[in-house]
Amino acid sequence: MATAELSLQHEFHDYTLRSPFRASWQKVMMWVFIVVDALTFGSLLVSYGFTRVSIGTWANPAHVFALHIGGKEIPLLLIAIMTFILVSSSGTMALAVANAYERNKKRTVLFLTLTMLLGLTFVGCQVYEWTHLITHGTRPWWNPYGPPQFGAYFFTLTGFHGMHVLSGVLYLAIVARMVANGTLDRRGSYQLVEIAGLYWHFVDLIWVFIFTMFYLF
Amino acid sequence: MAEGTHVPIRKYLVVWLWLFILSALAYFIDVVHVPAPWKAILLVVVALMKAGMIMAVFMHLGYERLSLIYAVVAPLLFLVVMTIAFLPEGTAILGSHSIVAP
Repeated sequence: MATAELSLQHEFHDYTLRSPFRASWQKVMMWVFIVVDALTFGSLLVSYGFTRVSIGTWANPAHVFALHIGGKEIPLLLIAIMTFILVSSSGTMALAVANAYERNKKRTVLFLTLTMLLGLTFVGCQVYEWTHLITHGTRPWWNPYGPPQFGAYFFTLTGFHGMHVLSGVLYLAIVARMVANGTLDRRGSYQLVEIAGLYWHFVDLIWVFIFTMFYLF
Repeated sequence: MAEGTHVPIRKYLVVWLWLFILSALAYFIDVVHVPAPWKAILLVVVALMKAGMIMAVFMHLGYERLSLIYAVVAPLLFLVVMTIAFLPEGTAILGSHSIVAP
């Protein structure tokens, strides 16, 4: 093959590899997923808002999700604790990413593990919440607190989000293993940790809106 | 190629603290029974502030190229359009649900 043709091929190759976003394709693909997922959650929340506005009455979440401590009803306490846990997990995830930049394997794995534990605690709280509501008769088609749609949206919104947290824990477990066994060292890049972090922070971001729209309104 | 986007650790900690403060504030707004229109406005403002901080710092979007920021934020504006389009429509069919119990 002639040298001129070869160099032309190289040029073309370089040109197609240059990202208009100046980010790796892995990161760009995670952002594509996040935008699509955000629109899915957004549609669910808009649908919930539409339903709630068109019914006019709704259950009182402050009362439904209250915890009783010493005979006193503290409104929304469980949800406040869950929010606290998820925000904490976002912080530990950020620290995992910061340590991955410095290629500190031990601390990266430590903070990834902490993040997973907080994620599992969050899901544990959700299991408690679901069990509580189900034993009191809440179903997707009926509930003792308000219009039947309250149950339907409760299960859909929190279930969809909970599945995201659970998938996130699995994702982080795989990433932590790849950090620990040196796969990322061999690859010469710790960017996978940052990309997994994007997903985890996104799940926290969705909770901000579910917390606000479903529990506080 | 530089690996990833480096954000100073101090910045993470500051945002982390703010997320705790704003979450507590949102809870407080709900508990003290702020009158109707103000409650909604305050809650939405607090939620958007939290979302902005998570995206800009935790998700490093503020450190990315402008083209990536536009590519991510522009489609999300569609959600604003949907909210404006559908919520008033909801009030238009108010009370037309056949099952409203108990």
